[in-house]
Amino acid sequence: MFNVMRAELRKLRRPTLLISTILVVSALTALFTSIVFLRVNSGQSNGRRGEVVSALTLSQPAGLVYGFKIVSFFLGITALCVFASQTAQEYSLGTLRNLLVRQPARMKILAGKYLAMSIFAIALVVIDAIVAIGISYGLAPHAKVTTTAWFTTSALSLLGKTFLNVLLSTIAYGTFGMILGLLFRSPISAIATGVIWSLILESILGVVVSSSLKWLPGQNFTNIAQGGSTDVGYKWSMLISGIYLGVAFAIVAILFKRRDVAN
Amino acid sequence: MTTAISVSDLTKVYGQRSALSHATFEVPLGTVCGFVGPNGSGKTTTIRMLLGLITPTGGTGTVLGESISHPEKYLPYVGAMIEGPAFYPALSGSENLKVLASLGGFSSSRVPILLEKVGLADRGASKYKTYSLGMKQRLGIAAALLPNPKLLVLDEPTNGLDPSGIQEIRNLIKDLAADGTSVFVSSHLLSELEMIAQSLVMLREGKVLFAGLTKDLLSAQTATLVATPEFSVDLNSLVDIAIRHGHSATTQNGSVHIIGNADWSAAFNRLAFNAGITLASLSTIQPTLEETFFEMTGE
Repeated sequence: MFNVMRAELRKLRRPTLLISTILVVSALTALFTSIVFLRVNSGQSNGRRGEVVSALTLSQPAGLVYGFKIVSFFLGITALCVFASQTAQEYSLGTLRNLLVRQPARMKILAGKYLAMSIFAIALVVIDAIVAIGISYGLAPHAKVTTTAWFTTSALSLLGKTFLNVLLSTIAYGTFGMILGLLFRSPISAIATGVIWSLILESILGVVVSSSLKWLPGQNFTNIAQGGSTDVGYKWSMLISGIYLGVAFAIVAILFKRRDVAN
Repeated sequence: MTTAISVSDLTKVYGQRSALSHATFEVPLGTVCGFVGPNGSGKTTTIRMLLGLITPTGGTGTVLGESISHPEKYLPYVGAMIEGPAFYPALSGSENLKVLASLGGFSSSRVPILLEKVGLADRGASKYKTYSLGMKQRLGIAAALLPNPKLLVLDEPTNGLDPSGIQEIRNLIKDLAADGTSVFVSSHLLSELEMIAQSLVMLREGKVLFAGLTKDLLSAQTATLVATPEFSVDLNSLVDIAIRHGHSATTQNGSVHIIGNADWSAAFNRLAFNAGITLASLSTIQPTLEETFFEMTGE
């Protein structure tokens, strides 16, 4: 399994994937964190889902991680795309047969790939945290946000919790992407399905049937990153996400183990 | 263990279509075995079953003495290139080999040696997507050699190679066989196989037509005697002699082509002499593997 992980990391660290992903994530993080702080005294919405976040709110310990949390959804979508393409491309490129000849234990292939992609997700979340906190700190004086509370024990504890929640959310989206990759065996189909579902269909469903929000996978993955909300609890989102991903992963893992590799 | 590969009644059925039907053959250890058949005859399906990529519908098989239902026991000693090379386009040739080396737990130090062996030493750092078809094929062969295999399974290894590349691969296969590596190679270049394969497995429509030594297959085929008389006016008389003794014969380019084995040539020479015909030359042409293949497969 660790041999598979090392092999997968070689693929993930290729500059075209690694650097472009880091640049996109950093740019989005910078953009959204900047919007929060630059519009803080304008009276216009500057937060998640049209919220107006004041300088006073940002001066609280939670202000340290506000920018970090706000881009968690995009991190999730990025992870979905990376996990889906890295999995499905083995079919579309025909490289799966090479992998299986060198490592015939198919579950080890899945586990190794998953571990490697999770390490990639950790790296993304770390970079996101550094960029978001760095920009927040840099723009705080301009936004008249005091940062004294950001260096208290409670703020650092909140940072730890938020990091873990954003990471879990990102890996949950990534797992969703990997499941789609194994199911569709085509990067384009897997990514398109995942992104359309998460960005469009869930939003429409949530508006049309508001009670469906607590049952939608993407909404629950995002809710984990936010540490729960008033509508849907954190534990509920963890449970529902775990059940969805656990069952779906078990099904595609069985398919992966049993399916003939004939392409 | 005396066989590198042994299959018995191996069968693969997809829905109503039988891709391989009760195939039984053996590949002796330490030899080069050619695997031939028209497109769609079941060669790649067989190779995929031997490599654990496809589950057989029926039958049994062993590779290097281990059952094909446990590929993890023998695949560390098997190198394979199946249905053309497949690599990651954005990685270099060298990186692609390192990915496979990491995966199989092999030392990456073999990578430059193998790139040198297949003539890609100067292009190892180039991205795979910039490779020509021949270079991709060479990289596929390098990947197959990564485990220092006891058995090498190659599916059309000379596709896309120029004549000198084909010769290099032929020599490489010969060298590997001389070092004791068993090679199971499918190819449409039958003249190449005839030169390197001691044994052959021939398939048609999922069924084994022949499995055995190449020389046995070729010697079992009827040869052609080519007789050239001193004077061309004797051509028709020679044809008559052959037909009178039960052999079909035709004239072609000033010679008589007679279907008959080499052991009849002395008798024919005597018959011609007794008829007052002097033969300027008399030779026997054994059918090539290609001719034998076409005759057996009806292609």
